[in-house]
Amino acid sequence: MLYRKPGASVLAAAIEVILIWLFFAPVIQTPAIPAFARKYALPCSACHEAWPKLNNFGQTFKDNGYQLGNDRDAPIYQQPTYWPVTFRITPQWHREATNRIAVDHIPGNAMSGMTEAQLVTSGFDLSGLDLWTAGTLAKNISFLVLPSADATGAFHFEAAWIRFDNLLGSRWLNLKFGKHELDTPVSEKRFLALTANGGFFQLYHFTPTSDINSFGGIGNNQLGIELMGHSRNSYTRYAVSLLSSNNGEVGLPTNRSYDVYCNVNQAFELSRLGLQRVGVYGYRGESPTFFLTAGGTPIPGAGQGNRPFYRAGAYGVWYIGKLDFSTVYMHGVDNVFLGTGTPAIQPLMLPPGANSPAWNGAFTEIHYTYSPKVILVGRYEAIRMSRQAFPLGMPLPNGALLTHTFGNTDAVVVGYRWYPFMSSRAGLAWHNEYAHVRTRGTAPLSGLDLVTSSFLVGFDIDF
Amino acid sequence: MSGHTDSVVAAPIVVACLILLSSPLQVIAEARVEKWIGVASRGKELYRRYCIGCHGARGDGSGENAPYLDPKPRDFTAGVFKCRSTDTGHIPSDLDLYQTIGRGLHASAMPSWFPLTRQERIDLVAYVKTFSQRFREEKPEPVVPIPPEPPDTQESIHRGQEVYKKMECAKCHGVGGHGDGPSASTLTDSKDRPIAVYDFTTGERFKCGQSNQDLYRIFMTGLDGTPMPSYLQDLKPDQAWDLVHYLRTLQANWEQAGTKTIAPGP
Repeated sequence: MLYRKPGASVLAAAIEVILIWLFFAPVIQTPAIPAFARKYALPCSACHEAWPKLNNFGQTFKDNGYQLGNDRDAPIYQQPTYWPVTFRITPQWHREATNRIAVDHIPGNAMSGMTEAQLVTSGFDLSGLDLWTAGTLAKNISFLVLPSADATGAFHFEAAWIRFDNLLGSRWLNLKFGKHELDTPVSEKRFLALTANGGFFQLYHFTPTSDINSFGGIGNNQLGIELMGHSRNSYTRYAVSLLSSNNGEVGLPTNRSYDVYCNVNQAFELSRLGLQRVGVYGYRGESPTFFLTAGGTPIPGAGQGNRPFYRAGAYGVWYIGKLDFSTVYMHGVDNVFLGTGTPAIQPLMLPPGANSPAWNGAFTEIHYTYSPKVILVGRYEAIRMSRQAFPLGMPLPNGALLTHTFGNTDAVVVGYRWYPFMSSRAGLAWHNEYAHVRTRGTAPLSGLDLVTSSFLVGFDIDF
Repeated sequence: MSGHTDSVVAAPIVVACLILLSSPLQVIAEARVEKWIGVASRGKELYRRYCIGCHGARGDGSGENAPYLDPKPRDFTAGVFKCRSTDTGHIPSDLDLYQTIGRGLHASAMPSWFPLTRQERIDLVAYVKTFSQRFREEKPEPVVPIPPEPPDTQESIHRGQEVYKKMECAKCHGVGGHGDGPSASTLTDSKDRPIAVYDFTTGERFKCGQSNQDLYRIFMTGLDGTPMPSYLQDLKPDQAWDLVHYLRTLQANWEQAGTKTIAPGP
């Protein structure tokens, strides 16, 4: 066997945590915008529990369309030299491990057969680059443009929108147009994990194996319009989005249908414990099951045979002084044609006993904010398939038999961030994180559990 | 034995001294608004998170952003506050500070901290009070009473216009309320820094509030630390309300708000 026991990899990572304590790692970028700090002369800690995680003051500022409402929001009140630009990048050292990947038995010899091996890689690296510009074009007209590069420097537009705030003089009517982050229960763009395994919520992106749903999850920025509203202190909030069913990808690659997302939440104060928030959310969309083709090649935008899917759940964010818990539950269902990868025009191709795959998932993320300069993070996620698309006992491509636990996922993230200084000009964080993900029965050849892990140390630079 | 006797005698004295010493600290370490009690130790952490950038670690208004701000951040160590319900020269009540934090200060860098929880804002009040000795030595009284507002009539507005002239408000605020009176360019605050006179025509909000009651309170209590005096001794309540009604007519959105226009004087 070329791979080590999963426990051994955890132990090795733990040892490295100690040995590499003073060194420097993420792939996923999350926002914190010092351009706002510079504009309003407020320290990062005013809007962020620990950047990029927003506190309620920051949430209200965001809900107001990046406006404080003190009559200094419009650009006309800024010095002409002020330019609302922020960049963020993370020089890092990171280690990525996968316990079972399929490799040629003899390297370089494709005829030698396949086996499974552990792959571990590590070294100094860079994250991608986020180049933010955001703020107000005029009073009650706000915007955000985010060209984002991967680590090679290839850019795409992660977000770009304009928002008309306080329509009819009401903070309950704000209309956003463009590519935007959904108003998710807990923002994936503003959380405190950066690794390849921990830098996203598994729950927000989960799709059963073999599912052909083109939807990448509620964690992905989407293209469309959002109507949102909030109370003066954002204790009460709602958001409804009408989205193109293109998973936020530009060029209309899928088809012409639309999805809908909504989120309603309410916060309340519990004396000295702090602010508590509860909410419900749901996403209902459609995805094509096949494409028109030309010479066998799918024609972009020519998706056909749409079938529905939905994600829905409830959540709560609980504060006990410096300790806070984010708890999110989600139930997901994909149509049977999506789950089995069957074109809707060929219903007879559905396997006998096929079902709409369904699953339940939840995570809790815990933060301990020792001070605005130090925050500890821990997260546990669990996703459990409640119904497989294919009948149980069916042979899988790797030879194993399909069980009810196939695809179940468990993920753990622990880490901390230290901010050496807190100013209203720029941000710097020392980031250290370990993430571990186990997916049941999905090893490519053996059908055993697939385990991946990431360890990262690095400097998160935000200016 | 002697030493034992001494210690027996000394112990109550020490305890008494500690109580005496701790009492004012205890008082000042708290703030009360209705049933809520703010604690300075918690407020200190919040202050370092939200306020320190402008008001500075010592509360003297010398935070890292202070050089770039106009108007300058408040110097809490002086114990002088603009927005009060108390007579001029007196410290503000806890409720005054609480409301200022929640409301923010219009036309300044001080935002509304209303999104903070009520407990957090009261904790901040408790901590802000620790910067000035005045909160240990003085009490926030007397509170200036605000009688019920009489009807906003044309007669009241005209009487208010006369009050505006009689009190020579135009010297600073200008005849049209634009803040362009003959003295406007010479005014300074209590730290000899130039200060801008409020321009009534630019909006509906004032430094210390938005309602008619707020406006009444502003000129009856004065804005301590600025040249704006208290008119409590000069105006009767009815005159003050007349002035409120007149000042509203100077505001740009006053007519749009569906209220009255000023008719030609008698």
